Amino acid sequence: MNTLPVTPSQTVGPFFAYGLTARQYGYDYTSLMDGMLIEPRENQGEIIYITGCIIDGNGNSVSDALVELWQADAQGQYATEPIAYPPDYSSFRGFGRFGTGTTANHEFVFTTLKPGLTAEGEAPHLNVILFLRGSLRTLYTRLYFSDEPEANDRDILLNAIEPDRRHTLLATSGKEGHYTFDIRLQGPDETVFFDL
Amino acid sequence: MEEKAYHQSLAGEQVVASDTGQADTLSTHPLHLSPGYKSTILRSPTRPLMLVPEQMKNLRMPVFGESCLGPLDNDLTKNARRNGEPIGERIKIAGRVLDASGRPLPNVLVEIWQANAAGRYIHKAEIHDAPLDPNFLGAGRLLTDAEGRYSFYTIKPGAYPWGNHYNAWRPNHIHFSVIGHHLDQRLVTQMYFPGDPLFAYDPIFQSVPKHARELLIAQFSMDWTEPEFALAYEFNIVLNGRNQTPFES
Repeated sequence: MNTLPVTPSQTVGPFFAYGLTARQYGYDYTSLMDGMLIEPRENQGEIIYITGCIIDGNGNSVSDALVELWQADAQGQYATEPIAYPPDYSSFRGFGRFGTGTTANHEFVFTTLKPGLTAEGEAPHLNVILFLRGSLRTLYTRLYFSDEPEANDRDILLNAIEPDRRHTLLATSGKEGHYTFDIRLQGPDETVFFDL
Repeated sequence: MEEKAYHQSLAGEQVVASDTGQADTLSTHPLHLSPGYKSTILRSPTRPLMLVPEQMKNLRMPVFGESCLGPLDNDLTKNARRNGEPIGERIKIAGRVLDASGRPLPNVLVEIWQANAAGRYIHKAEIHDAPLDPNFLGAGRLLTDAEGRYSFYTIKPGAYPWGNHYNAWRPNHIHFSVIGHHLDQRLVTQMYFPGDPLFAYDPIFQSVPKHARELLIAQFSMDWTEPEFALAYEFNIVLNGRNQTPFES
């Protein structure tokens, strides 16, 4: 039951980095979250690396986007303990944040765990939250894994998407735990975004 | 327990794609495509957003604890001092974070960033010909208290020119990032100051439906103004409410 009007969304703008991703961009301020959700040496599941670009309607990668991940651990559990600060990468953090302004091709880069099955009817996935200059709203999508075809076939949300658009939510698996996941804001392969 | 119930519900619920897209006239949010703000033209989704089950919206977000915060994180007039006080008008910004049912939301991470008094952002890519302030970073954060309250001290930001169109100026504003308790309570917005003459000319402010624009304007508060110290502005933030709360204790 909603009685109060919800505060309108506004763009994150081009200058969020010193507030939200200060350490990644080299500003003299602390950061609660970054692109590392787990130290790769830790043995708490399958370490994966996710890279990708945010691509605009002209096919250009976006250099001022903020990407957040929120995901379950290798056992399919979401963290319920407070996010540790200063960051302690020896235990899985669950939440990551990365700006696209510091890498050569405006990629985002995350080091994380491959999530486990959260429940029947869901394939392993990450929740992806996206902000960028030129977007006035929070953009939500999900990342699924191309090397989980059987689980994906049983995923209720994925199956509710028109078949010719499902591939936009699939991260492509490469060598040694590397996955690529480009998010297309427009065009024939426009990523499916969710209405939350 | 909550997660299990979420997935059971998801399995039993039909998921449909939205065909109404952006036509919700009750929404307080801007449309994704607001051509007056030119960057939206190539950067906003063109396909209808997909409707999702209520239980997906209810997914709990990460929890943040007091260990996240430094002692000066909510005082932007002090958290970046090098050799003196920052220049400009010291102000207090305070309010509450609520959900749409009016329930206060404790322990919400609120992060802000802004230009300095001269209208200059410290961001490295920023080229506006206005001075940086060696004693001002312009970023802060806090967690709301048990009643959803928050309070920052900062410097009133200056107006800022940008390249959207000829003679384009942003009204004075402070950027807010808010991580609520649930997935659909992730909000990024901007707070404005009352009576700004630039409202009528700013396509970002104007992108908000007319009936909702006042929600982004802080109110001057004499009650919270501190004598011989700082004017105060009240800015309350309302996040999506819960349409179903069957699993709360």
